[in-house]
Amino acid sequence: MPPDAVRKDAILVADDIVVRFQTPEGPITAVDNVSFGVRSGEFLSVIGPSGCGKSTLFNVIGGLLNGYDGIVSVAGETISGPHKSIGMVFQEESTFPWRTVTDNVAFPLELIGMPKAKRVERARHFISLVGLDGFENRYPGELSGGMRQRVSLARTLASEPKILLMDEPFAALDEQTRLLLGDKVLQIQQELKQTTLLITHNITEAVQMSDRILVMTYRPGKVKRIVEINLPRPRTSEIVGSEAFGRYVARIWNDLREEANRGMRDEEKQALRQEQAL
Amino acid sequence: MTTADTPFVASGRDYSAPLVGFGTFVAFLLAIEAVIRIGWLNRFIVPPPSEIIASFGRLFTEEHVLYRFFFTAGECFIAGVMVTICGVAIGVVMQRYSLLQRACETWVAAFASAPLVLTYPLFMVIFGRNAWTIIIMGFLSALPPVILKTIEGISGTRKVLVNVGRSFKLTATQQFWKILFPAALPTIFVGIRLGLIFALINVVGTEFLINFGGLGQLINDLAERYDLAGTYAAICFVILVSVLFFIGLEKAERWLRPIA
Repeated sequence: MPPDAVRKDAILVADDIVVRFQTPEGPITAVDNVSFGVRSGEFLSVIGPSGCGKSTLFNVIGGLLNGYDGIVSVAGETISGPHKSIGMVFQEESTFPWRTVTDNVAFPLELIGMPKAKRVERARHFISLVGLDGFENRYPGELSGGMRQRVSLARTLASEPKILLMDEPFAALDEQTRLLLGDKVLQIQQELKQTTLLITHNITEAVQMSDRILVMTYRPGKVKRIVEINLPRPRTSEIVGSEAFGRYVARIWNDLREEANRGMRDEEKQALRQEQAL
Repeated sequence: MTTADTPFVASGRDYSAPLVGFGTFVAFLLAIEAVIRIGWLNRFIVPPPSEIIASFGRLFTEEHVLYRFFFTAGECFIAGVMVTICGVAIGVVMQRYSLLQRACETWVAAFASAPLVLTYPLFMVIFGRNAWTIIIMGFLSALPPVILKTIEGISGTRKVLVNVGRSFKLTATQQFWKILFPAALPTIFVGIRLGLIFALINVVGTEFLINFGGLGQLINDLAERYDLAGTYAAICFVILVSVLFFIGLEKAERWLRPIA
């Protein structure tokens, strides 16, 4: 029985997901019987140490990975492959360098054949939403890393997905930009009541933004615990200094510490094996 | 910073490097002039630069160098259009079918380093002593870099961009035209630039060898008349055209892709 009690009224359900990979050392199970649901309008974060299968889970839910066991469904419909209801924001910089900010954001609207004037107007709305007014005609090469991630976010939001799926979108940014961008994402999520699933390894980020946090174990990635975050909304990065916030961070770190240690030991063993093989 | 280290800057642009480059070139010409006038170099083998410069006027008035330039430019243009269409198309097909790529990429790379100009007698037999032989020689020599760079450009598209396309449920055709091709364009353009330079070299070379057409034929004519100053002036004209051609292509690339 999956540990998540809210699966019945969930818009997104992952049921008994198992992902195995063939490696030179034999088959490994990256994700093992992971089940959870995300309610409409909810912000759920998946957190775990490096190598716990978070990004694999992202690819499974986004439909970019085939050959797994289990079911992913959106509003009761089982999906296989990318689904129009799921919009993805990637960890790596993913803007199109040959398009201006407006053309980047208008990309999904262009695909559905929206007339140019209308799609430019829509694109400008989403550019404004992520706070990039005045940069409409710039190319990504002229923007900072944080601004480019906001362009990616606006492009995904422009497709008006039911579920926003983000894989460590702030991982490459400095801590201050990360916190401020977190504010922006929270503001947008609350404004649009956007169902959001965030994959992250950053505890502060997860607690700052989430309604619930799903903590994963180190390889094979399983659901270790789901933590409800009962902090008041609307939230901003100011909440990071509060006592309640600190308690949540400490609690999640307690869960993660053991897994992170296991991960480190495993990596050390692997490095030793590779050294001996040489 | 000392005065000697201060770069020559006018209206915000640093002209130090081009000025040093130009100065070095002038110094080299003066040195050659001096060596010839002293008698260390035979003026009947290497004419003095002053004579070469004086011959430039003759090239325009007597040898119709502009007409010949446009003839050669026309051949290069046709070869360039052909190589862009065929080279990019072949590169795309080879990249699409990995078996084809694995089977043929080495051959294409080998062609890039082969002295293809030596095959001109074959094309003389097929097309005769006319512009098509020259165009085909230019086309063939330009093909390998365009094919190889097209393969490299498309294969090198960042995976995350492909995944963005997949997440938006793009069809294979949309994926190609909206993501793979534009992402590969800078690399493809490098291939086209290299290809056009190879085409220019081979077009002029073949014109020289078959004594037909534009600038290559002019050099051949002048050499056969033992007009060494004119020959060197014509060679300098071709080099100048190549340099301007290269600069023009670079500017076109920047114009096409304002922000790399």
